[in-house]
Amino acid sequence: MKHRLFWPVATLVMLILINTIARSQFASITVRDGRLYGALIDILRQSAPLMLVSLGMTIVIATRGIDLSVGAVMAVSGAVALTIIDGSTDPNNVGVVMLAVVVALVISLLLGVWNGFLVSLLGIQPIIATLVLMLAGRGVALLITEGFITTVNSTPFEFISTGYLLLPFAFFIWVAAAAVVGLTERRSALGVLTEAVGINPEASRLAGVRSRGIIWSAYAASAVLAGIAGIIYASNIKAADANAAGQFIELYAILAVVLGGTSLMGGKFSLAGTVVGVLIIQTLESTMLFLGVPSAESPVFFAVVVVVVVVIQSPRLHRVARDFVRSARARRAAEPSLDAEVVG
Amino acid sequence: MTLTADTAYPPIVEMRGITISFPGVLALDNVDFFLRRGEVHSLMGENGAGKSTLIKALTGVYAVDSGSIDLIGTSQVFRGTSDAEAAGISTVYQEINLCTNLSVGENVMLGHEPRKGGRIDWKAVHRLAAEHLEGLGISIDTRSLLSNHSIAIQQLVAISRAMVLDAKVLVLDEPTSSLDRGEVEQLFTVIRDLRARGAAIIFVSHFLDQVYEIADRITVLRNGKLVGEYLVKDLPRDQLVTKMIGRQLDDLEAISSTAERAIDRTDAPILKATGVGRRGVLEPADLDVFDGEIVGIAGLLGSGRTELVRLLYGADRADSGNIEMVGTPAKMTSPRHAIDRGIAFSSEDRREEGIVADLSVAENIVLGIQARKGLRKVRQEKQDSVVSEYMAALDIRPADPDMVAGNLSGGNQQKVLIARWLATAPELLILDEPTRGIDVGTKADLQKKVAELSEQGLSVIFISSELEEVLRLAQRIVVMRDRKSIGELDSRRFDLDGLIDFIANEGDGSAA
Ligand SMILES: Nc1ncnc2c1ncn2[C@@H]1O[C@H](COP(=O)(O)OP(=O)(O)OP(=O)(O)O)[C@@H](O)[C@H]1O
Ligand SMILES: [Mg+2]
Repeated sequence: MKHRLFWPVATLVMLILINTIARSQFASITVRDGRLYGALIDILRQSAPLMLVSLGMTIVIATRGIDLSVGAVMAVSGAVALTIIDGSTDPNNVGVVMLAVVVALVISLLLGVWNGFLVSLLGIQPIIATLVLMLAGRGVALLITEGFITTVNSTPFEFISTGYLLLPFAFFIWVAAAAVVGLTERRSALGVLTEAVGINPEASRLAGVRSRGIIWSAYAASAVLAGIAGIIYASNIKAADANAAGQFIELYAILAVVLGGTSLMGGKFSLAGTVVGVLIIQTLESTMLFLGVPSAESPVFFAVVVVVVVVIQSPRLHRVARDFVRSARARRAAEPSLDAEVVG
Repeated sequence: MTLTADTAYPPIVEMRGITISFPGVLALDNVDFFLRRGEVHSLMGENGAGKSTLIKALTGVYAVDSGSIDLIGTSQVFRGTSDAEAAGISTVYQEINLCTNLSVGENVMLGHEPRKGGRIDWKAVHRLAAEHLEGLGISIDTRSLLSNHSIAIQQLVAISRAMVLDAKVLVLDEPTSSLDRGEVEQLFTVIRDLRARGAAIIFVSHFLDQVYEIADRITVLRNGKLVGEYLVKDLPRDQLVTKMIGRQLDDLEAISSTAERAIDRTDAPILKATGVGRRGVLEPADLDVFDGEIVGIAGLLGSGRTELVRLLYGADRADSGNIEMVGTPAKMTSPRHAIDRGIAFSSEDRREEGIVADLSVAENIVLGIQARKGLRKVRQEKQDSVVSEYMAALDIRPADPDMVAGNLSGGNQQKVLIARWLATAPELLILDEPTRGIDVGTKADLQKKVAELSEQGLSVIFISSELEEVLRLAQRIVVMRDRKSIGELDSRRFDLDGLIDFIANEGDGSAA
């Protein structure tokens, strides 16, 4: 039997190959001042925000839910962090930046707790429950920045997105996040209980699974991860832009989850699949830049490629193909006997 | 009877050399099956023998690896149930697949709604649905939501739905697994009528009595292989069982002593429920269960058996009454509370409320223990030992703990659930139709296991529409009717007829 990750990984490898064939320096990596540079390295760095959001989205989707508010949480988190740094007397102080990050994440956590409250305790449909924050969140972010695009110059804060330790610092952030989420889910029983709740909530309830807490924690985790993503985003543009931060990221995150092989119906989930899914999306983005697709046409190009990728991964298509091969084989097996009859 | 199944009719369905394999399992191995008009043909075999798979091969749910299927002499390849329906094959699958969020009437007529001027004539939908249901002897509001009805009603709705087609071939995969005598009789009347009109009927059941009552011919499968085809009149029961399980069945006499066992009722009961009820669902009922006792609950369809135990377990909330566990008051407002007090509950609805279909067999078995432990994972060695212990004890096949539970045969899924609950080592085990869909051999094993555990001190509430089973196991039987507990019997003083009579007639106020 084929591994679950076969198609996602195959797609990613194919994309990289196509790029490399188109322009050979795509795959080349150079070392300068003890740092690695190259298109692939850029992909690893730039995927950080989407990666963090998608990891959270995977867990939420596993519980049969969805989190539309991640973009808004990113905006709030960035706004909080920047406002704190901006208001301090010494923006270049590492302590100030750390404080800003911690406060931003605590507020993100509270937003996640709010989502979880609506979904798990009040029983509101996830898409509606998180829509509330999706719409209101950016307003909150604007309130925090008092309607301006706050900009700062803070070296430690910029380090978060552009810093290097051989590889981009942002890359280490998402690898660490993926490791923490993965270990928490799979080393404890959280992962399997989350899947149980997502597959059959009533059976899980009767089995004694505390599904409320599990669903709640999924939304909380999703918001914290979105909060980190918001900080990386703000650090990258050195500003808090309440409207542009994380715009449409929820849709890309959902796409990454699906590309990684997790069903939107909930249940079984694959974090590794999501990581590959995000890398596929990010590679596609780079491809468009690389091939010089005009920005007006890039959504169309993106959409076409996504459709192709999704169709290639469709299990139904695989089954039809298998049936076709099988019946062709059966026909071939039947033919000789027909010949034999004619001859005899 | 004018028509019997001899060779008066040529086969209407001819399946030859059918082979189907799933990853790691050869579900059917070169099986032949012939179905003739005007016969009721039983497919028999143990859990996992391949009965449902053979049916799904016929109706196009599964593509065959090799083999041919002819319908009235012409070769057929169905690509799905709708193709099969169009060709005149109507099927009730083992795992009821209805839309529980639609009304009863919509479910019965789904896809065959009468139309007026291009639009669905809803009045006619509900009128026709009511007629079809009436044919099976049930009158319920066809506009009510299907999810509000018990499994038994859902099963009857599924059967009515199959009747709408007026098919040449009617396939019934364990249609009676949660029905009571009355409904079974009604169903058999309908089946006999269809047979007399020349329809061919496939009837799968683990109830030998029913098979011997209705079937003309039997095809036996074992481990995916054809054992043989026999006329019912040529195949005595013990021989059938031997052909099915490949050995002689140990007798059940060993268990019968359980019901005779004296129970010490001087100490406080494990569970004492007083006046537990819920408006519109169950009238306040009392129930005591003592240490090591097996209490049976008997009653007809809709009598409130399931409703009572759901209230005890906190699956639904009671709005009246008190519950005490071992003498101390217990609040049962959610399953968690019940679980914390050592109660386990196996629901009759294994598809919706039992199996977590996409998880593995091992994960399903461990789920009960894991939920009790919370987030700390049950140690791998502990998991392995529990899983292998119960897979062996209940003979779960195939013996592959990593198999996706939803791919197991119906009976084996049921065994997985029982394993999940037994593994939690509860003090009180509530079993609602635990032997539903389980084959004769395993049923005996399961009953033995329950009897054995109760002797070691486990208390059990046992619900079954198979009254023989209740009589054999329980020391005391609570009888329910019309959502009310109407009496309590000492099972030593009743036989089957006595119990049936009590359920039907006693306790209406006239009798004491
Ligand atoms: N979709 C599937 N994937 C993998 N294995 C399957 C699948 N469906 C059935 N099987 C396997 O095929 C075998 C036959 O199953 P089947 O459901 O036909 O049994 P059955 O005779 O109907 O049993 P029961 O009496 O329990 O209903 C079993 O071993 C089962 O595990
Ligand atoms: Mg079956």
